[in-house]
Amino acid sequence: MGLDITWAVDWVRLSADVIAEHRIELITLDREIGDGDHGENMDRGFQAVLPKLDDLPAGSTPGDVLKLVATTLISTVGGAAGPLYGTAYLKGAVAAGSAASLDGPAIAAVLAAARDGIVLRGKAESGDKTMIDAWTPAVDAAEAAASNGSDAAAVLAAASDAAWAGAEATEPLVARKGRASYLGERSAGHRDPGAQSTALLLQAASDAASASAGA
Amino acid sequence: MRRPRPRGREVGTPGKVGIVFVSHSARIAEGLVDLARQMAPSAALVAAGGTDDGRIGTSFDLVSAGIGEADAGEGVAVLCDLGSAILTAETALDFLDDDVRTRVRIVDAPLVEGGVAAAVSAEAGDDLAQVVAAAESARGAASTGAAGPDGGAGAPGPGEPAGAASAHARSITLVNADGLHARPAAELVKLASTFPQRVTVNGTDAKSLLAIMSLGLTKGATVEIASDDPDGRAAVDAIAALAESGFGEA
Repeated sequence: MGLDITWAVDWVRLSADVIAEHRIELITLDREIGDGDHGENMDRGFQAVLPKLDDLPAGSTPGDVLKLVATTLISTVGGAAGPLYGTAYLKGAVAAGSAASLDGPAIAAVLAAARDGIVLRGKAESGDKTMIDAWTPAVDAAEAAASNGSDAAAVLAAASDAAWAGAEATEPLVARKGRASYLGERSAGHRDPGAQSTALLLQAASDAASASAGA
Repeated sequence: MRRPRPRGREVGTPGKVGIVFVSHSARIAEGLVDLARQMAPSAALVAAGGTDDGRIGTSFDLVSAGIGEADAGEGVAVLCDLGSAILTAETALDFLDDDVRTRVRIVDAPLVEGGVAAAVSAEAGDDLAQVVAAAESARGAASTGAAGPDGGAGAPGPGEPAGAASAHARSITLVNADGLHARPAAELVKLASTFPQRVTVNGTDAKSLLAIMSLGLTKGATVEIASDDPDGRAAVDAIAALAESGFGEA
């Protein structure tokens, strides 16, 4: 079963909830190795998307929702996360195209395009202790699940699990990109806040898909 | 020399490249405009600092609007501070129309030194590539104090072969109170930039603001203005006359 506009809107609402709920945690992670604004900025961005969901015209697609998130995050998130996540959602929207429903391979393609957008924008590589370290395992897991014939919800579940593992694996890394890179060796021992928010958002995508499937 | 009137409001200046300062701090960006404005009274200099609601951060909307404000069709150089300022500026570029994007450059240069150098270049009417090159010339400016304490490294020393001698050279003494500090140095660079020939001040390129300022020449210093170009006489004479006039200062 494919995922449609209902899933996309649910994903955004759940994202806003989960980011608000973990706001302090993200601020704390970011304060340890960055400038401490990640939780605040992400919360502001997703709260700004919520009222706009009600204005989506009838017949809107998942791609339209992703695009709305992209432009809102770019305009409202003041830190690096704005352009990075904004580009991710924008590239994801392009990959989703005008399809009314996204199946497993389509979801995997959306995630891969989003990840590629972040790499393009931030020029980070795996192991740099950035959100890429959550995104890349998630994309790999999603593509593997999709090629095994999993449906869209199962693809997202695989992506979410891998993103959490990836976020956890950033803890021992020394940052080579972003504000944390100024800390050098001292950045080791802390989880990357961008990888953490990535895991939260992909879990929200998976949870929204389970809810859709169960409905 | 021609002295453009200061402008009250920043909009794209016809015929001149515009400059946008992107900083996490609104006050840093505004301060840079004030600083560069001393030497570039008419160029379009636009501050895009902080977030939309005045916090520390960078704003896609402010940067996008700033590029629009600075652009008179001659192009825009965008100078940024820390990482996410560059990401925001790059994202703003992605959303520009293709024909506008081709004339906007994000410059990898120190914000203060590069910004001032770019502003002086834009003021002189240089094209976008020259403005970008001026900003980039500021990379490592602090460590390349170039000519050394006496500032005379380029002047021909005793016993040097005659071939090193300039086609035309004038030696003058700085008479204004503060010597070649920022504003007079900028006047000198602006004037030198109006001539196609290469001219040097104590061996340093007269068209490079940072190089001239880093000579650290003060009142009473002897300055050799020279050109190896057979057609450089007019440039040397004009610059010498400007310096001898005290740059309009006491």
